[in-house]
Amino acid sequence: MPQAMSPWPARMDLLQSLSGLLLVLFIWSHMFFESSILLGEDAMYQVSRMFEGEPFFGKPYPLIVSGVGITIFVLVAVHAILALRKFPGNSRQYRLLHQHMGAIRHPDTTLWYAQVATGFCLFFLIPAHLYTVITQPENIGPYASSDRVWSERFWIVYALLLLTVHAHAAIGMYRLFMKWYAPSGVNAKQTRARMKVAMWCILVFFTVLGSASLLTYMRIGYQHTDSVGERYKPATVQDKGH
Amino acid sequence: MNLIATEEGPRTLQISVLRHNPQDTESTPHWQTFELEEAQSMTLFIALNEIRQTMEPSLQFDFVCRAGICGSCGMLVNGRPGLACRTLTRNLPDKITLAPLPGFELIGDLSVNTGKWMRGMSEHLETWIHQHNLEQTDIDRLEERMEPELAEKIYELERCIECGCCIAACGTARMREDFIGAAGLNQIARFRLDPRDERTDADFYTLVGDESGVFGCMTLLGCEDYCPKDLPLAAQIAFLRGRMVAASL
Repeated sequence: MPQAMSPWPARMDLLQSLSGLLLVLFIWSHMFFESSILLGEDAMYQVSRMFEGEPFFGKPYPLIVSGVGITIFVLVAVHAILALRKFPGNSRQYRLLHQHMGAIRHPDTTLWYAQVATGFCLFFLIPAHLYTVITQPENIGPYASSDRVWSERFWIVYALLLLTVHAHAAIGMYRLFMKWYAPSGVNAKQTRARMKVAMWCILVFFTVLGSASLLTYMRIGYQHTDSVGERYKPATVQDKGH
Repeated sequence: MNLIATEEGPRTLQISVLRHNPQDTESTPHWQTFELEEAQSMTLFIALNEIRQTMEPSLQFDFVCRAGICGSCGMLVNGRPGLACRTLTRNLPDKITLAPLPGFELIGDLSVNTGKWMRGMSEHLETWIHQHNLEQTDIDRLEERMEPELAEKIYELERCIECGCCIAACGTARMREDFIGAAGLNQIARFRLDPRDERTDADFYTLVGDESGVFGCMTLLGCEDYCPKDLPLAAQIAFLRGRMVAASL
């Protein structure tokens, strides 16, 4: 029998999947909170105050948001370094892979490559977003976020992030399912086809939800161009007719 | 695109074969196109034999059983791996390209040495029953009985004909030559099921618990989608991955 092998390949494979799963669950929840702007500025204001702990501690602590941002950054870093193992490592491997993909035109191989491409883009887009979350946690709100999106031109980062992160997340969930629990038996093909339909539905749903939210932030930011820096006051505090 | 023979008469197929003889120092890989009339229920096996008999006697390709059992005739058909003997030309367009399976030593034209690869994999993974004191086994005694359900499960995985299609369909195997592929992982799954094999999951981990084994698999699923025997390869790899993770903890 050969020598005992390191347990690390197993741990790294598991950790890559677990970190990916946590990040997908996070981004999907994030989308619901972020899109609270679609329900109105007040709704988004309440959500942002909730994440600063105001309902629990009586006053907002933006550092909580920084803490969450740092945690997500660490998770992304762990996930990225583990995923890098699977990237083609040199020009020979890229050439062989492109030859293979061009000839076989296999949908699931292409899906994996889409994850490689989107993952690479996310190396740059996620830090750009997280940097502002971690360093300026107090600047999250109906006006502050909209000013950032429009007047500070962050909508470009967010639009690219939106498209890449949801493709990466939805494909990742389908691939996680196939990686750890591929269906077997007479209904295996049907179950896999259904999972793929679910993947596309989720991808479209979050892309539409995110786009609608981003457009709303852009609209508010555009209308707020002359008052950049002003912070939103909830309806209960605002003067009537203001 | 004309996919089936019509009332106008049989189609003329244009079959382009990627030809190369590595034994001949003058030979360079090149495409050679042959035209032939499509016949009823024609398979690529029939088409290639007709080409060899009537047009190009030096064309090299492998066939034994003609029935999808021996696994000799795996090749890339329009870029996708499959068994020539089970591929009906009526399911293909007028223009067909045939190339040898990548990932294996080329013997010549469409003939590749899958046997050498499979033997190397088999020796590396020790794909045989491991038992202590095997030499003291009384071969006159009946073997211990096995539940029919278990025998069925083993038989299901034993159906692999080692044609090499899963290796040619795997992007990981194309990039990393030491990857044992679905054919190898399927063998481990098969011996893991067998109660006569005394190896534990920890023993199997020493064989496949790295990136040339189950943790190298990137779930591209080419193996599952191009296995001509429809083996449940993705499910076997997923299950094996879980067991190997459990063995490592």
